[in-house]
Amino acid sequence: MVADQLADEEWDRLFHALSDTTRRDIVLQVMRQGQSISTLARRYDMSFAAVQKHVAVLERAGLVHKERRGREQHVHGAPVVLHKAARLLDSYELIWRHRAQAIDALLAEEET
Amino acid sequence: MTVISTERDADQLTLTFVAEFAAPVERVWQVWADARQLERWWGPPTWPATFEVLELAPGGRASYYMTGPEGEKSRGWWRITAADEPNRLEFEDGFADENGTPSDSMPTTTAVVTLEATATGTRMVTLSRFTSLEQMEQLVQMGMEEGMRQAMGQIDALLA
Repeated sequence: MVADQLADEEWDRLFHALSDTTRRDIVLQVMRQGQSISTLARRYDMSFAAVQKHVAVLERAGLVHKERRGREQHVHGAPVVLHKAARLLDSYELIWRHRAQAIDALLAEEET
Repeated sequence: MTVISTERDADQLTLTFVAEFAAPVERVWQVWADARQLERWWGPPTWPATFEVLELAPGGRASYYMTGPEGEKSRGWWRITAADEPNRLEFEDGFADENGTPSDSMPTTTAVVTLEATATGTRMVTLSRFTSLEQMEQLVQMGMEEGMRQAMGQIDALLA
């Protein structure tokens, strides 16, 4: 169970990467289909450098990866994204585990 | 003793959570239907919930807030889509602004809760459905993070 959890710094990188609306949108876009950085820059009306910065943050979190195609850098959703999603569901599971424990405690309290 | 199993589907964005309690179905229904009992377990440990409205009937609603460690408040609502006491409850769960008005930009989850009698008590099955990966991330990110970290710490401690 523990081995399957994200390390603290992985969580931090993931949460940081996804804490920004533009970055979340980039992830959703490139998960559907790889996009060049200049295409993304046009989409968000941002400078090439600004988008590149966002992509770098996402890349460090393992959410996307870059690939050079001729003169263009293409951004793809990393296959690891689905895996992370599974792990996020794990986290939600922990919330429910907590709730079940609390219900158990509540029920036990009244028996005594 | 609570026996738990979970099943998750990353493609469908659902989580099915199964827990068993040593109490009759009618009693377990009460932990949902009684606001004072519900608020003892709904919020994460560091974000206890307070329910101001709780109407577990089809078309009914619930209004609640959770209070964070710094005294900050996060408001939420339920819209009850089905209720069959004491066996089944379906509702949408979302965030709201400080006036309790449902927020469109915040994540909504759909929950289906079923309670069924077993030889030793009650089996509770909760199916949570998220509308998108983005919303799921947002939900986990918001206020839940601390509770999760705590939970993980506790599991770590158990396994140590």
